Amino acid sequence: MEENKKNRRDFLNTCFRFAAGAGIVGIAGVLAVKSQKGDFLWQLDPAKCTQCGRCATSCVVTPSAVKCIHVYDMCGYCDLCGGYFRPNVKNLSTGAENQLCPTGAIKRSYVEDPFFKYEIIDELCIGCGKCVKGCGAFGNGSLQLQVSHDLCVNCNQCAIARDCPSDAFSRVPIEQAYKFAGFKSNKKI
Amino acid sequence: MKKSLAFISLLIFFVGMEFAAFSQQQRFPKPEFESGYTQPVTSMPVPSNGMFALLDVLVLIAALSLITWFILKKRSRTGVIAVSIFSILYFGFFREGCVCSVGSVQNVVLALFNPGYHIPLSALAFFVIPLVYTLFFGRTFCAGVCPLGAVQDVFLMRPVTLKKWLQKALGLIPYIYLGLSVLYAATATDFIICRYDPFVGIFRFNATFFMYAIGAAFLLISIFIARPYCRFFCPYGVILNLVSRVSKNHLTITPSNCIQCKLCESSCPLDAINKPVGVKQMEDKRSATRRFILLGLIIPALMIVGGWTGANFHENLAKVNSKVRLADEMLHFDSKTMEESLEIVGFRTSGKPVKQLYQEASEIVKQFYYGGWILGAFIGLVIGLALSGLSTYRYREDYTPDKGGCVSCARCLKYCPVEK
Repeated sequence: MEENKKNRRDFLNTCFRFAAGAGIVGIAGVLAVKSQKGDFLWQLDPAKCTQCGRCATSCVVTPSAVKCIHVYDMCGYCDLCGGYFRPNVKNLSTGAENQLCPTGAIKRSYVEDPFFKYEIIDELCIGCGKCVKGCGAFGNGSLQLQVSHDLCVNCNQCAIARDCPSDAFSRVPIEQAYKFAGFKSNKKI
Repeated sequence: MKKSLAFISLLIFFVGMEFAAFSQQQRFPKPEFESGYTQPVTSMPVPSNGMFALLDVLVLIAALSLITWFILKKRSRTGVIAVSIFSILYFGFFREGCVCSVGSVQNVVLALFNPGYHIPLSALAFFVIPLVYTLFFGRTFCAGVCPLGAVQDVFLMRPVTLKKWLQKALGLIPYIYLGLSVLYAATATDFIICRYDPFVGIFRFNATFFMYAIGAAFLLISIFIARPYCRFFCPYGVILNLVSRVSKNHLTITPSNCIQCKLCESSCPLDAINKPVGVKQMEDKRSATRRFILLGLIIPALMIVGGWTGANFHENLAKVNSKVRLADEMLHFDSKTMEESLEIVGFRTSGKPVKQLYQEASEIVKQFYYGGWILGAFIGLVIGLALSGLSTYRYREDYTPDKGGCVSCARCLKYCPVEK
């Protein structure tokens, strides 16, 4: 009788084992087919962004993987740049007291009269979006916040996306890794 | 000829219109430079960790195979420690605790419930491969490949045995945690396992004070209590536990036949060694039948009570969802006494109608209502089965590892005097 009982238990175990195996293979199969559709990355839509400043603080990477990216094709090369200078600035010089950027991450250089070039120094940018707000309010909106994919660790659930008040973050296919408002990026990755 | 000329001119006209529209959008049109200035290229860095995905999966398979060989063939604890340290360094500090199998549960659930989400192949591999190994060899993944388990295991110095009732009670938490994380992943609300992962902040040297404190607390506790996170929190461990119970070649304490010498009895820090049960303790048929009927009544009753409770709490559960929270905030917003939060400001600038938001939110709340029923019923079922597990006698002659709870850490092996 003991022997019988043992056999029954073994048999049940084998049944469960095959059921579990079939379940695992089933789930893997269904999802593997789905995952063939390509890789996805997190990106924010500058058209929805309200420059609340949480990109700088919510990211699991320090400093944030969100950076200000300059879309040069949209830039007006203004002397009085709303993204570079504080409002009501006295004189248009590169003095620290005139700069809007808290880390001095924008480099202003003379091109030709009366135009100036503005470059973002990625290492200094913390993604706070202050310049983006200024440029959007007074200029063309050529400064835009974007997730810099070389820094982003592509978390399962983006910590900034969770905190974003304007629902600007979404998963995008890797072919369209960057989203610019008012300008179409043609670069393929 | 004429026709095509007209067509081309029309095309040029339209392109011109388009361009005009584009430049009109700009307040300060881009200047035409005379000094031969060349504009820098807008930087769009490519993803960096793409190539690591494949490497991670290969390393996972290699580490799993190696540790399984150490445990089952070599029966060597030293080998397990070596692989543990490698996993802490590679999956932990080098890869910064991401991608991990524990969190991949949520990716799988999200992918199953949301057709729009495509699970990364590496996350799927990290979910499936340890399960397959567990099905054949027991929880060798937990033994030392999982960096979360390994980091606790190397901290264990002075193991203390917990009271049985406490172990059973705390052992229910992982099921609840699994249920909650499945609920939140299925409703695309949040990935709570990743958010409250106690060690990932330590691996990254970057976390909030709160998460550092939790991680440090877990490590301190694991000096005395073996693997507190694995045993009393890990949701993936629940799945591995169930699969491991029917595993084919699970680790055995003795290499050949058990001589019931009792030497291994207290060697397991996880209390996962089943002691022999004498025939005398077997209950008679009548009481067994009565117990069976009683459990058959209690378990459905627990499931209904649990489901009802869960459904009653569905609004509280749904509050975690950002959309529901926003709708709730909008509903109770009083412009006289309150200041607009960033969320409300963001919503107003988006120009979305409030009605649509309320509709979407109520849709999600409804999902949580059904989810609450299912979650509650699941917890009821787990409690019921735990009760039935406590009240069944299973005849056992030898000292055997409890296939579900054992993580194959191989500590007990050197206590066995029997040689092959």
